[in-house]
Amino acid sequence: MAEYRIQIKDACKNFGDVQALRNANLNIAKGEVVLVIGPSGSGKSTMLRCINKLETLSSGNIWIDDDCVTDPKSDIRKIREDVGMVFQNFNLFAHLTALKNITLALTTVKKTPKEEAEAAAKKLLARVGLSDKENVYPGQLSGGQQQRVAIARALAMNPRVMLFDEPTSALDPEMIKEVLDVMLDLAKEGMTMMVVSHEMGFAKAAADKVVFMDEGEIIETGTPLEVFNSPKEERTKTFLQHIL
Amino acid sequence: MAEIDKVPRIEITDGALIPDDAEKSIFSAWNISFFGALLILIILPIASPDPFLEILLFVPDGVVTTFQVTILSIIFSLVVGLFAGLGRLSRVKVVNRIATIYVEVVRGIPLLVQLFYIYYALGKVVQLPRLTSAIIAMTFCYGAYMGEIFRAGIQSVPQGQMEAALALGMSRTQAIWTVIIPQTFRIILPPVGNEFIALLKDSSLVSILAVSDLLRRGREYASTSFLYFESYTVVALIYLIITLFLSKIVANMEKRLKLHGRV
Ligand SMILES: Nc1ncnc2c1ncn2[C@@H]1O[C@H](COP(=O)(O)OP(=O)(O)O)[C@@H](O)[C@H]1O
Ligand SMILES: [Mg+2]
Repeated sequence: MAEYRIQIKDACKNFGDVQALRNANLNIAKGEVVLVIGPSGSGKSTMLRCINKLETLSSGNIWIDDDCVTDPKSDIRKIREDVGMVFQNFNLFAHLTALKNITLALTTVKKTPKEEAEAAAKKLLARVGLSDKENVYPGQLSGGQQQRVAIARALAMNPRVMLFDEPTSALDPEMIKEVLDVMLDLAKEGMTMMVVSHEMGFAKAAADKVVFMDEGEIIETGTPLEVFNSPKEERTKTFLQHIL
Repeated sequence: MAEIDKVPRIEITDGALIPDDAEKSIFSAWNISFFGALLILIILPIASPDPFLEILLFVPDGVVTTFQVTILSIIFSLVVGLFAGLGRLSRVKVVNRIATIYVEVVRGIPLLVQLFYIYYALGKVVQLPRLTSAIIAMTFCYGAYMGEIFRAGIQSVPQGQMEAALALGMSRTQAIWTVIIPQTFRIILPPVGNEFIALLKDSSLVSILAVSDLLRRGREYASTSFLYFESYTVVALIYLIITLFLSKIVANMEKRLKLHGRV
């Protein structure tokens, strides 16, 4: 059994001349909640997207438990079922109701019978506080509601890991809390999470570890207390002054 | 947010008269043309039943054939177009190349020539009813146009939809059929409506294969009565009324789509 739930080793990703990820190394234990911070363009999204192979590393390796994401021989679809992803823009399936958004992958990927999938979806909608929105289309939901459905959709696959790429940046301020509350619950339940976000409240309440990135590099890693209150690196200090 | 709510609009039309919002007045171009044509078509047979009433009783058979050709061709060309569009976006080089060649070939040959060609080329292999040949030819041609509409439609579905599907463990094929294509159909509804109108007009070309469509019926009447002007007046008015009526439907469809976003 692997020691870590997520292991990123010497990860590099180039887009043409742009080095989006430079030799990143990061280990995340089971149940750990890791907050990734850093300026725009520092490679946060790229790192997350390499974990479920929406992008392919130029070099280096990534493991989810014992499954090597970067091994061309691995069944990446199988691995992706275990890695839930939540996007900044929600990316709910626009033509499907909240319920169907959740059941689609269950029925097509896991081949769950329809009734069973719908029962599971209803449970998940209740969990994110949206039982009354079953038959509502994404276009008629608020941003906060859409993001909660998106989280429920990802959870339906029963993932071992959840990746959040700026889950609250596209939201109006009054809706941020409802999404963060769902994430906090998840963290409490022991989900392994990687969250790109600058929500300090969430970091302090739930993060075990904070990772600061700049120009494709992981500059500093530590507990929230260490990174926020006594950053070791100059670049971290400068960045924190900007956002705090 | 904005990006998600917006319904992408594909501007492919052959220039059918589409009423727009600005034309609210009862004297809009659409109203004048449509009700004008309707009025003339009603008044003529009353004012002079011989020959207009007779013509009006003679040609409607042709309207049925015209719709038959149009509806069947549009259905088949949607199927062809779906695969042509997917082919144009395929990562498999050969598939991509074949789809592109198909589209280019069709675009480069006038429909009338295609119609003759397919009719006589098919005739060398198998003797099909004229109506069937006509529908095959129309499908071949319009399948290419539909292919371009599908391609544009598929491309206008935001990238995030595919990513979300893949992230859930779906295969690319599953994502295309359960996520992308269903959304494409909504987006392409108005341009397909326009193609329907264009096809209906182009279907008059099949009269050249002696298929008894609206135009052909008019010509049949004309050639026995020698009333060319009168016959073709009625034929033209009927075409005009049908296409204007359909373009109104398409315009409404477009408006609804805009209003309700992607419900
Ligand atoms: N698909 C892509 N093609 C080309 N360049 C990209 C692509 N995705 C990201 N990049 C570049 O990689 C760098 C890191 O981007 P990203 O990971 O999105 O940063 P962050 O999420 O921290 O804002 C940026 O310079 C960005 O322009
Ligand atoms: Mg980003």
